Amino acid sequence: MQALYAQLLVGLINGSFYALLSLGLAVIFGMLNIINFAHGALYMMGAFVAYFLLSLGGINYWWALLIAPVIVGIFGMILERTMLQWLTGLDHLYGLLLTFGIALIVQGVFQNYFGSSGLPYAIPDQLKGGMNLGFMFLPIYRGWVVVFSLVVCLATWFLIEKTQLGAYLRAATENPTLVRAFGINVPRMITLTYGLGVGLAALAGVLSAPINQVRPLMGADLIIVVFAVVVIGGMGSIMGSIITGFALGVIEGLTKYFYPEASNTVVFVLMVLVLLVKPTGLTGRAA
Amino acid sequence: MPDTAIAEAPAKAATGGNILQIRNLEAWYGESHILHGINFDVNAGEVVTLLGRNGAGKTTTLKSIMGIIGKRTGSVKFNNQEIIRATSDKIARMGIAFCPEERGIFSSLDVRENLMLPPVVREGGLPLDQIFELFPNLKERLNSQGTKLSGGEQQMLAIARILRTGASFLMLDEPTEGLAPVIIQQIGHTIARLKKEGFTILLVEQNFRFASTVADRYYVVEHGKIIDGFSNADLAANMDKLHTYLGV
Repeated sequence: MQALYAQLLVGLINGSFYALLSLGLAVIFGMLNIINFAHGALYMMGAFVAYFLLSLGGINYWWALLIAPVIVGIFGMILERTMLQWLTGLDHLYGLLLTFGIALIVQGVFQNYFGSSGLPYAIPDQLKGGMNLGFMFLPIYRGWVVVFSLVVCLATWFLIEKTQLGAYLRAATENPTLVRAFGINVPRMITLTYGLGVGLAALAGVLSAPINQVRPLMGADLIIVVFAVVVIGGMGSIMGSIITGFALGVIEGLTKYFYPEASNTVVFVLMVLVLLVKPTGLTGRAA
Repeated sequence: MPDTAIAEAPAKAATGGNILQIRNLEAWYGESHILHGINFDVNAGEVVTLLGRNGAGKTTTLKSIMGIIGKRTGSVKFNNQEIIRATSDKIARMGIAFCPEERGIFSSLDVRENLMLPPVVREGGLPLDQIFELFPNLKERLNSQGTKLSGGEQQMLAIARILRTGASFLMLDEPTEGLAPVIIQQIGHTIARLKKEGFTILLVEQNFRFASTVADRYYVVEHGKIIDGFSNADLAANMDKLHTYLGV
């Protein structure tokens, strides 16, 4: 039974990363109509920035949680201003190819300087150790990742679904020309939204650093699963991405316990089934 | 009569100061050349209607003023300020508001969010209680999804949301299209009341019987040019010509 709970926890942690990453992808797809294949590389950059902050500047994990998403978010905004904005109105394929190329370049540069093996990043002192819950042992850092990710996801959902800024974002997703004709600077809003989505990926990277080590290909391993999560949840759906992210993490964890051979493919099998039954995803709207 | 003379002649008869001055406006959709040198003026506080057949260039004229068309040349002056090169968000912030023909109600927003979406660009916008007085239906349906409203209610919402912003110059593109006569009447009353409150309105209409209840002046658009212009007082005298222009 302990093993089942342990796998459930691992599933929840993976689900946290899936949710944060797919949420960023959903925000970017919803607003920019770009399938951001660079998302995994930007997640990796978040972890590396945290590593540099600690090793070069002595800046600890807590500050890294704030600074790394801002730095990587600014990098993302530069990418959007210099490259992605020119793809407006073109077929999805162009955005996909461009961001895939960016991912390969970024990963290649980091691999060239840091190799493929992982760099260590210590768990902060405040989150070391664990708690015996009676039915299982809970490492505190892992519990923190799940709770913090959930809070960030819900805060992002609230921002987009319940605030005036979110109303601008949703309206601009539907009809950017008209929203701009109301006096809102839509190009600037799109740049900031890309920065937000990228910042969420970087945040996931910082959270992941103490668990998975800091590796140039850490994002490449994850991004394919995250795309499956986004497709299952419904492209562009905010709540769909959050719920599907956590749910698929748990399903993956349970599969590891009951039928480990299928644990790497269960997400993709589910994706095929969802696409067969509901091509727009579980919570997606038809175009 | 030369094109610019058509533009200026009836405008001079009107009372308020010149608020919009358009000279030699040309516009393109991709490779298609739609406007071929539009000239007309609008004075403060009046309702000016652009009449013309489908595809004549009326909507393109409004979109060109608003800056939401790919390529445009010529001169558009608003309050003596050249806006031909300004982006649409800057034009909106100068006090021009646009209500599109397709209404542009956002399906992912409820009625309240749709209503509150356009930012207030300057003082002088109508407060919500006055808006609900004009359109009581909207108050009852604030929590409904915007696109679940009837066609008439969507049109009211599309007009209502630009009244909040403080824009003094409103461009309404076919606000009566596809609506029941009782709703058309209500929109007519609303436009008349807005005029009384000092708004300047540029209206695009195919229904000149409706337009005649609110307009001070008319311009007729054909093949991307203004081919005629007259005041409401001269409408009866121009009726035969108008029937020919509009093919009715």
